[in-house]
Amino acid sequence: MNYMILIPIAIYIIFTPIVGFFLEGYDRVVSSRLQRRQGPPFLQPVYDLIKLFEKQAIVVNNLETALVLGFTIFTIFSGCIFFAGGDILLVFFAFSLADMFLVLAASSANSPYSSLGSQREFVQMMAYEPMTLLTAIGFYMVCGSFNVSDIINQDVPAIIRTPGVFLGYCFILIIKLRKSPFDLSTSHHAHQEMVKGLTQDIAGNVLGILELGEIYEEVFLMAIVALFFVTKNPMSYVVGIVAALVVFFIMIVIDNVFPRVKWSNMLWITWGVTLSLAGSNFLILTMLKMAGI
Amino acid sequence: MKISKSPWLLHYDASSCNGCDIEVLASTTPRFDVERFGIINTGNPKHADIMVVTGGVNDQTKHVVKQLYSQMPEPKVVIAAGICACDGGIFKDCYNMSGGVDTVIPVDVYVPGCAVRPEALIDGVVKALAILDQKRDAMKNHATCEVHYDNAGKGES
Repeated sequence: MNYMILIPIAIYIIFTPIVGFFLEGYDRVVSSRLQRRQGPPFLQPVYDLIKLFEKQAIVVNNLETALVLGFTIFTIFSGCIFFAGGDILLVFFAFSLADMFLVLAASSANSPYSSLGSQREFVQMMAYEPMTLLTAIGFYMVCGSFNVSDIINQDVPAIIRTPGVFLGYCFILIIKLRKSPFDLSTSHHAHQEMVKGLTQDIAGNVLGILELGEIYEEVFLMAIVALFFVTKNPMSYVVGIVAALVVFFIMIVIDNVFPRVKWSNMLWITWGVTLSLAGSNFLILTMLKMAGI
Repeated sequence: MKISKSPWLLHYDASSCNGCDIEVLASTTPRFDVERFGIINTGNPKHADIMVVTGGVNDQTKHVVKQLYSQMPEPKVVIAAGICACDGGIFKDCYNMSGGVDTVIPVDVYVPGCAVRPEALIDGVVKALAILDQKRDAMKNHATCEVHYDNAGKGES
């Protein structure tokens, strides 16, 4: 076994919370500046997480705790495969499994809000899953491999030939990062008519574990944005990080426009965007291949 | 680190005329911006640290107030916002009124006013944060006392 792959995994597990807290703090501060107010301190997400671990744990059932733990572990697991240069299909499947744990955790509680949140999370999964798979296929079409280690060893960045897939992926990021208008299942702010659906019955340190998982998720999702720009050239990593930060800023701006949609609209809009952007991208790629370019 | 750096707030309208409710919401707007203290208005008692009750408690709402209070995890503080929540106000002698919030659940901070001013409310919340820290410390000390007691008991036997 090659022990060298343990190094990027260790770096990912240790340093991701720092990057994640930076992103969350940036989100909170930029959001409040966009709304022309002072806003919380930059380290507010850290204070929130520490507080959650200090609170009394009200657990509705033991299964829920185990399932929330499953969510966090599988989120970290999928990130580990990604940063170890593993198969991107496996990464996305492990990632879907993590989200499935969250849905099960919410539906194991008896609260009506919790079950409504879990149903809406299912609809959200239905909306974004096709695009995550097409993202993996997009990487395969231009790089000839599903392995992240091969994708980052290309001469030209993947985005040159997959701009449609990139835009489609950015679109589903709004769902994954729980930003308006697609924060239907649970929201960080009171944007929707149901503020806390999925996380209704998750409290105290169990909520802390969930938030930690979401921080790992956020960094991992942003890393996929950067993957579109990364090549053999070490400078491309800087380009990738800058691109991820720009995309994250656009997400914050979209969130602060406070749009709202119904779940059915979300489903059709997301599928429409997936089909038109990724579909036309694949059509052009296939035609280029047939023309021998 | 102090727990008071991240207080999440639950607002419940027991029987208010909506005057105080509007002021509570006003304090979360950019003009007064309570989020600079890390305060988030969460709609969920299980995530909340501070419960803000507006309006006096009547026969219909006293069960709800009790239930919301019991669903909040420790440590928690209760703020009675507005004179009706403090002692019943002008509705005090009505046939269906229990009176202020303290007739149903323990109240830590009383913020009078009709309607309560956002400045007064923020002042009350800051006072509540100090109490929240005290309660957290008491919880921790209590936990360590229990551990010591258990160890002592084992040692003797």
